[in-house]
Amino acid sequence: MKIRKNNGLLKWVLIIISFIFLAVFLILPLIYIVVSALREGFSAYIASITDEYAVKATLLTLQVTVIAVIVNTIFGIAAAWCLTKFAFKGKKVISTFIDLPVTVSPIIAGLIYVLTFGRQGPIYSILDGWGIQIIFAVPGIVLATIFVTFPFISRELIPVLTAQGTDEEEAAALMGATTLRIFTKVTLPHIKWALLYGAVLCTARAMGEFGAVSVLSGHLRGKTNTLPLYIELLYQGYDFTGAFAASSLLVIMAVIILILRLILEKRGKKELDICK
Amino acid sequence: MKRKSIIPGFGLSFGITIAILSLVVLIPLCSLVVFTASLSPEEFIYTVTRPRVLSGYFVSISTALIASLVNVVMGLILAWVLVRYDFPGKRFLDGIIELPFALPTAVAGISLTHMTTTNGWVGSVFYDLFGIKIAYTRLGITIALIFIGIPFVVRSVQPVLEKIDIQYEEAAMILGADRVMTFSKVILPEIMPALISGFTLAFARCIGEYGSVVFIAGNTPYETEIAPLLIMSELQEFDYPAATSIALVMLAIAFVILSVNAVIQSRVAKRVSGLA
Repeated sequence: MKIRKNNGLLKWVLIIISFIFLAVFLILPLIYIVVSALREGFSAYIASITDEYAVKATLLTLQVTVIAVIVNTIFGIAAAWCLTKFAFKGKKVISTFIDLPVTVSPIIAGLIYVLTFGRQGPIYSILDGWGIQIIFAVPGIVLATIFVTFPFISRELIPVLTAQGTDEEEAAALMGATTLRIFTKVTLPHIKWALLYGAVLCTARAMGEFGAVSVLSGHLRGKTNTLPLYIELLYQGYDFTGAFAASSLLVIMAVIILILRLILEKRGKKELDICK
Repeated sequence: MKRKSIIPGFGLSFGITIAILSLVVLIPLCSLVVFTASLSPEEFIYTVTRPRVLSGYFVSISTALIASLVNVVMGLILAWVLVRYDFPGKRFLDGIIELPFALPTAVAGISLTHMTTTNGWVGSVFYDLFGIKIAYTRLGITIALIFIGIPFVVRSVQPVLEKIDIQYEEAAMILGADRVMTFSKVILPEIMPALISGFTLAFARCIGEYGSVVFIAGNTPYETEIAPLLIMSELQEFDYPAATSIALVMLAIAFVILSVNAVIQSRVAKRVSGLA
């Protein structure tokens, strides 16, 4: 788009305001984390991130993130397929419930799982009989993480599948392709970028979830402490170098995610344009 | 309207969708409803009208409101700059806006807090020059919420601004309107719905935000104690009825905010389609 010439001054004022605002609010905190993590030297930094509990917290975070992304991918594909390829009653209700989790405060998300699986609920005694513990244990953390990232993948897939329509799948089905073949050969090529994009968003949120996980974790070091909870623990214990060192791991992940996002978004937009 | 589709996989995808949706969203929500039904109305009223709880709501709502209004102004400027101008570093600016989605809230929280205490990088400047304390005050909470809310307004206004044809502005200019008038009479009405929708999304998110706020707030009762933190402390004392009561009011507030937005958006859609 061509820019008119008579707004030179206003243009640069607005650009400078934008840069200052983002530099102060976004970039300065990032730099601060890196500087604080390295404040006591590189060897102290390495010692902090290779601490036994830091490693265990990182592994738990990775484990929870992988499970949440897998479950949400399965759910996202199933939900997008069933909501866009078929006509049935109750579609609106289902999609409302899918979107609901992101509008709920993370603390309230944690609360509803405590009410469901806690000691006062009817489900507790049944699960306890089988020796399964949900809240204040890893399964609770996993459930809370799935909850807060619930719509992330389906919401990326639904617009692509809606734009693509049902003609190609109908043709494939008429020619006798099996369900699996239709999905992998016809549908998947259309949605692969959107799927990856959704998975990246899901990973970002899952790794960093704090509130909901905080409610459901037993806060046991080395057992139910995810990386964000471990950071809180160190920070409250005035181990600022340790807290910022652990944070720097999540900053690195966040930067990788931002870069992946930019790449995938471009690819995804192209695919959506082709569909349209 | 119901016709049988020849595309296979309805049963399978519908089954997976409903199964995961039930486990993650529906059953926990039902248990919230069941638990709510067991609360006595007197106890509910007593809990949510305690002065400490009322002040918690007030702190949450007022800081979220101010932060979201700041983000409406800054979000509009950022979206405008990104859509209308070309300048070096534009891609970088566009990418970094998503940082609050990618960076874990707890990490953002400790970084902003440590930076703004009276001997931190930013905090010391403000304290020495103006005598303003940022961390552990409502100002600090607002700063954290501005950080969290940055992407919402930008990302809802940006696509709408991209679609506006520059012809209308040129026509307004030719007819003798000055820049302020062109903006307020031609551009603003077009982007108003997106602006409102970005504002409500940011506002709803900020009211429920926990991770980034809990560190910077200082959590002094009646002063900087936010509503999600009150729920958290009731949960830590295993007082589930009180936690649920406070949460229900917050859910009601979020519901009202999002419904107001839905009504505004559907009115706009009707008006637009009525004209077409």
